[in-house]
Amino acid sequence: MVNLCSLTAEQVVEGVKNNHFSAVEYISQILERIEKIESQINAFTIVDANGALKKALSIDKKIRDGEDEKKIGSLAGVAVGIKDNICTKGLKTTCASKILEDYVSPYDATVVKKLKESGAIIVGKLNLDEFAMGSTTEFSRYGATHNPWNINYVAGGSSGGSAASVAALECTVSIGSDTGGSVRCPASFCSVVGLKPTYGRVSRFGLISYANSLEQIGPMGKTVADTVMVMNSIAGMDDNDQTTLNNGAPKYTTQSKRNIRIGLVKELVEGIEPEVSKCIYSAMDVFSKSDCKCEETSMKSVEFALASYYTIAMAEASSNLARYDNIRYGFESNPDSYEWNAYFAKIRSNFGEEVKRRIITGTYVLSSEYYGKYYLKAQKVRTMLKQELSALYKIYDILIAPTMPVLPFKFGEKIDDPLKMYMIDIDTVVANLTGIPAISVPAGFSKGLPIGLQIMADELQEQTLFETASLFESTANVQRSPKL
Amino acid sequence: MFRGVQNYNMIDGIKIGLEIHCQLTSLQTKLFCSCHCDYHGKLPNTNVCPVCSGLPGTLPLLNQKALEYAGLISLALDCKIPNETTFYRKNYFYLDLPKNFQLTQYNVYGITSIGIDGKLEYDGIDEEKHARIRRVQLEEDPGRLVYENNDMDSSFYTLIDYNRAGVPLVEVVTEPDFTTPKDVRIFLNKFTSIVEHLEICDTKLEGSVRCDANISIGEGKRIEIKNVGSFREVEKALSYEITRQKTMSTHEIEIKAETRHWDDTRKITKQSRVKEEEQDYRYFQEPDIPTVILGNEFLSSLKTKMPELPNDRKNRFISDYKLSEHVSQVLIDNKWLADFFESAVKIYSSPKEIANWIVSDLMGFIDENNHHHNSQASMEEKRSELKVEARHIAELARLVDQSNISRNTAKMILNQIITTGEMPSQVVERTNSSKIDDKGLLSEAIESVFRSEKSAVSDARLNSKAANFLLGKLMQLTKGRADPKIALDLIKKKLIEPD
Repeated sequence: MVNLCSLTAEQVVEGVKNNHFSAVEYISQILERIEKIESQINAFTIVDANGALKKALSIDKKIRDGEDEKKIGSLAGVAVGIKDNICTKGLKTTCASKILEDYVSPYDATVVKKLKESGAIIVGKLNLDEFAMGSTTEFSRYGATHNPWNINYVAGGSSGGSAASVAALECTVSIGSDTGGSVRCPASFCSVVGLKPTYGRVSRFGLISYANSLEQIGPMGKTVADTVMVMNSIAGMDDNDQTTLNNGAPKYTTQSKRNIRIGLVKELVEGIEPEVSKCIYSAMDVFSKSDCKCEETSMKSVEFALASYYTIAMAEASSNLARYDNIRYGFESNPDSYEWNAYFAKIRSNFGEEVKRRIITGTYVLSSEYYGKYYLKAQKVRTMLKQELSALYKIYDILIAPTMPVLPFKFGEKIDDPLKMYMIDIDTVVANLTGIPAISVPAGFSKGLPIGLQIMADELQEQTLFETASLFESTANVQRSPKL
Repeated sequence: MFRGVQNYNMIDGIKIGLEIHCQLTSLQTKLFCSCHCDYHGKLPNTNVCPVCSGLPGTLPLLNQKALEYAGLISLALDCKIPNETTFYRKNYFYLDLPKNFQLTQYNVYGITSIGIDGKLEYDGIDEEKHARIRRVQLEEDPGRLVYENNDMDSSFYTLIDYNRAGVPLVEVVTEPDFTTPKDVRIFLNKFTSIVEHLEICDTKLEGSVRCDANISIGEGKRIEIKNVGSFREVEKALSYEITRQKTMSTHEIEIKAETRHWDDTRKITKQSRVKEEEQDYRYFQEPDIPTVILGNEFLSSLKTKMPELPNDRKNRFISDYKLSEHVSQVLIDNKWLADFFESAVKIYSSPKEIANWIVSDLMGFIDENNHHHNSQASMEEKRSELKVEARHIAELARLVDQSNISRNTAKMILNQIITTGEMPSQVVERTNSSKIDDKGLLSEAIESVFRSEKSAVSDARLNSKAANFLLGKLMQLTKGRADPKIALDLIKKKLIEPD
């Protein structure tokens, strides 16, 4: 029998709908796969085997009953994992934090609701850095996620579980969230495709906020086509999120296009690990050979992007995480005999080191004395970046850069040096600061470790992004899943 | 150095500013979710949803109608309305805040509130005055804390009810333009009448209007007074505070900037138990609520929705009903009274007579117990006990106008029907209390008064003014039913008759 775990979402839907195999058969293989290798990968925080099998049964029944194509759904049977900072009704949502270890959301996030309506099967919740703060998934209460290409290496983060689970064939597609690169970084490190959509393209309702003005929920998959399929399910306006854009999301396709005008942002390649830059330049050749017009270009204000990103992200985080006081929900703890300020302090000491660091820094940059010096300046950088980008997108359809300036590294290598850790986000934060869509596609390997190419389009130009990514994917033909 | 000058300022330089919070009780839903706006009488923590209880992953959804209501208040207070408006987070930890920040508006990093730079004129004690309005802004109400025996200091527990969390509040901030507590009361009466006329806030509901005040005297530091439960108490709290501060400065005790709480039972202000340090609220713009472009459309739509405001209504009362300025003012200061008046006039068109009954008699019943229960709420209770409707007063006025009953009888009738709700004509019929104008009947009664008041009769023969005493006795005898004009004529005639 074929290994159903290695199928793409497209193939799963086709197989299930045409009775080549049942959803139950497929899900059972997925669950077996998880059982077999999860101890090496640690991609999940919770696996919902019963829920997944139940849903698979109901999909098989719908197909047997010959129900309407629409009711069966565009993702019928597809096993999807959800990053554990996105709310799922009845299934714990922990943010990989002690603070929410017992938290069960009374509602589904809009993306979860949409995926369910599309017939997708939620197999579990995926590991992340606590509250999505980190670039390696090392800051998780449930332990780090391991890179399926070499389990001594980090999987990237913060959506490490989302990328590793897809690469390790533990689920077919997954959902991550990207605040400063959190989908693209692990996608790059694990050699899968990961998209950060245009700000406002996908509803954030049910995504537990880290930095609201920067983050988007995004799909991850083995192929560009799989991310397109998921986007067609989750994108669009949502009455529960007033920051969603009110023009309807188009139906995205994967037709690959030629003659794309491509600019390589040289500031994002300069000074990075040579293996990575070599790979990116050869990616440029791939495009050139496909009749694209490629050249190096410059984006000067990139210099301030990282500082601006961390200032804004930490400021928003300090406020977003203030609500975790264990009064209305949280973990087992008795407030008896505490004065409330003391109780707040006791509870909030349960945040991990990195979360505390960001809350404290964020509190500082928002204080009235420093607001103008840091926060306001950081916002000005955003405006500068946007202006520079809009000029560049008059010349280029697409900008490219490496997703990560480094190859995946070993556990513990950067965890004790926050600045070093923050530095590796340099290539991804521009898209979050400006709201543009960006995708990471597998571009090659060095020493057996994956390298990702980052493709960035102008606001709402996801279609161009997919076309470019498809072109690259079909031409470069990079390996997707490791032997485990 | 210049103590003399300073003391002089201490007497004259009273500056009072107000921060008024007014719930938009006419809205159906809360400011950022679809929970009911009206939380009164609900079991604790039942009027909540994931959004207003601040559950992880929820996002605020701005209530557009709340923008409109805040816009109406702004226009009524003569404010400018900026082209766009945004929300800010005010970050601080407190039990009653589900998110540990409050969504509000903030004008320090740029104008974001719905109204700015307005003014409201009012009749000060001896002159026409006005207070400048610094801003009008929308924000969410926190939850409600409940203590044992309602006393924070002695309570062993704190209970939290989030039913109120997220209820839309309009905050109106004045410049420190008031110089006497009494002006503050007059201003607040006028403000109350305006929000009632806009029909955006039921000021009678408990907790629907609240007011914090700040006061400084001369060179003294600014003192904030919080926890003032009703508008009427504000005047008392300020008067107390002026006396306290003057006493302190007489004894040369320095007045430090602080927040004091009004103790409703002891009628004093006292230092807050928790020392409120200079808080840094770390304001920043709420990323989850996009900037709202108001523009000219918003302004013109507000103008079409603007109802008649108290000032216009007062002028109409004066010109259309020929009421005095004073009576008109008393009526419009309380929308309920003004509406009552106009309904009665529709039934029987005698505006002056009806206005008099309302202002000099009906209001007495409503206000009767106000020395004990000052709140707007108890006034409402009083009102709801009243069985009198506009048709009663209209009929009463008609009976008096048509000389069916004397004014005294009418007053007695009003006394009865206020609790029974009977129509005045029914009472007249039942008690046979219509006026006695039959000369024969009156003469008989006068005969009996003359017999029992012999000495008064002798006095009256010498001094005609004493005849009124006899008329009074006659009225007593006839329970006020004697037609006073005819009766006095008869008495005077009888006095000049030989014994």
